Amino acid sequence: MLKIAKERLNELYAKINETMGLFIPVKKAGEVNYAVWSEGKEVSLETLKTVKSPKNIFFPQTENMMKFKTDGKNIEVIDVRQALAEKTDEKPFVAFGVKACDYKAIEVLDKVFLADPVDTYYQIRREATTIVTLACSRPEESCFCGVFGIDAAAPQGDVTTWLDDNYLYWRANTEKGESLTELVKELFENGGEAEVEAQQAATKAVLESLPFAALDLSRFKPENLNELFDDPAWESLSEACLGCGTCTFVCPTCQCFDIRDFKTNEGVIRYRCWDSCMYSDFTLMAHGNSRTTQMQRYRQRFMHKLVYYPSQNDGLYSCVGCGRCVNKCPQRLNIVKVIKTLGGNAND
Amino acid sequence: MKDVELKMIERAKALLESGEVARVVGWKKGDFCFDPSPAVFETVEELKDFVYDYFCGANLSKYLIQVSKKEGKTAVFLKPCDTYSFNQLVKEYRIKRENVYVIAVECLGKLDIEKIKGNGIVGVTGVEVVGKDVNVTSAYGNATLYKPDVVLTKCATCTKTHVAKDEEIILHEREAKDVNRFEEVEKLEAMTADERFAFWREQLSKCIRCNACRNVCPACSCLKCVFDNPASGIAAKANDDQFEEQLFHVIRAFHVSGRCTDCGECSRVCPQNIPLHLLNRKFIKDIDGLYGEYQAGEESEGKTPLTSFTEGDSEVNDVVYGEAK
Repeated sequence: MLKIAKERLNELYAKINETMGLFIPVKKAGEVNYAVWSEGKEVSLETLKTVKSPKNIFFPQTENMMKFKTDGKNIEVIDVRQALAEKTDEKPFVAFGVKACDYKAIEVLDKVFLADPVDTYYQIRREATTIVTLACSRPEESCFCGVFGIDAAAPQGDVTTWLDDNYLYWRANTEKGESLTELVKELFENGGEAEVEAQQAATKAVLESLPFAALDLSRFKPENLNELFDDPAWESLSEACLGCGTCTFVCPTCQCFDIRDFKTNEGVIRYRCWDSCMYSDFTLMAHGNSRTTQMQRYRQRFMHKLVYYPSQNDGLYSCVGCGRCVNKCPQRLNIVKVIKTLGGNAND
Repeated sequence: MKDVELKMIERAKALLESGEVARVVGWKKGDFCFDPSPAVFETVEELKDFVYDYFCGANLSKYLIQVSKKEGKTAVFLKPCDTYSFNQLVKEYRIKRENVYVIAVECLGKLDIEKIKGNGIVGVTGVEVVGKDVNVTSAYGNATLYKPDVVLTKCATCTKTHVAKDEEIILHEREAKDVNRFEEVEKLEAMTADERFAFWREQLSKCIRCNACRNVCPACSCLKCVFDNPASGIAAKANDDQFEEQLFHVIRAFHVSGRCTDCGECSRVCPQNIPLHLLNRKFIKDIDGLYGEYQAGEESEGKTPLTSFTEGDSEVNDVVYGEAK
């Protein structure tokens, strides 16, 4: 294990940035989100939860897919992937400070985007990225990653790091991680095993005492699909839902997008942007929308996370317990309330 | 606040039992002490989850657009600020007033859990208000905060009183506040155009186009928003900081100007904490200056500055008589 003094982290970022792009939690106008690092930006590794998850490193909220240039009767199709691949080849990325829950979420996204047919836009960015995870040391009341078998104190990734008041501790896990370590190791010294172990033990004790540590997921199984779908509780669970997209856009595993065309003076840009199953025009077809009420949309989101996705992915839930929806839903509806109500151990 | 809650439950119970109302709109307790949700209660049994505390900041008025169309009367608990939205929606014929029984309920300012956590408090397990002290217990220790520092932004400058009520539950005297709600707007006005542009660009570049501000807004009651309507030609979901976000928020602010009651829900719900209410307050301040002081929602009928004409209107000379300034 290696370590670097906290006050030298800026040197580390600068070193990485010499040859690679660096995505890291940055504070801007009071809020912390992943952004491309540059000298002078206010990095905040201590922030437990960025507002948006790091998924937008691989799957940007809005991205151009192709361009159509018109010249008389000719239409030239410009594939932006080649330029993207060249750019990422030249300057691969590092995603720095990814928490255990968000790292697990990338596994969930990989199963969607990297399965056949492969989403090449996602794949180009994903393959170009070295992920440096950061263990949590101060989990909060809305965290419940442990319910999904995630250890917040020992995240995976190409490199795992731990942060305390004095040092950042560093351990490479993969070949990609080793290469990154090679690049920056002049800044590091050896040591830190004892400190990391102590921090992990302390974090574990907090994790076990958190209010959502014992959520019961046992009812969320493919064989209960119809019974869960028809449960009358969806009505009351969803009645205060505003139909906004906050939960979907802060969620690290939501992966739906919409593809649209934008007309410019020179032609057309085809772009995609995140979509939300909470929206009235989600999956809109010629005949109208297949889900006409907010209750149906609400149910869709949670059934997808807890039943549909796992039934297609060997039981892997597409919720990682990051708790962002718990913190950010304007009306305080969230997946925990769904799990408690339908999972059989309602809040009593 | 517990005494107020008990009184509210007592009234809700009586109204439901007597059949005077078919349902009660209030707040339901959550998993923590700080996350109640708006809820509809149809039976006395359901009232076991009823809560009214310092975290019931949500404005219940907009829910009445749907709920007041249901059969039977609906009782609703409204805080002072909520009654302005209520009146405004009645004025716009969005709520059926005769179907609603308004119980005006006291509010001493609601707390903002994000501001509490902003003091470095992680893992909040309990919050208790004693006078101006907010005592917070957490997984990592306890702290006492000063209440005015951790109330919702909308509460910090609120001096509203109930403007709609069929009965009231007010057990505690509210302290008079000497505040200027336009202070932040004045700061923006004092900036140069470039500084102001930079301020809004930085703020609005955080927008994730979740539409929470729009969906919670009682003044945004269109059945189909142009931005959601594929046939409008301007439907959009992309967060593009060159164009969409800035126009989205500015268009929205224009659309609700003269009707926005300054309920502050837009800023409360923004996941990126963009101070959206400042756009609306700027319009309110301008309307006050151009047409005389006006508070949307104070009345449930009558004309408004932007929907009526008087000869004293500021644009009479240049617009009506074509005289250039």
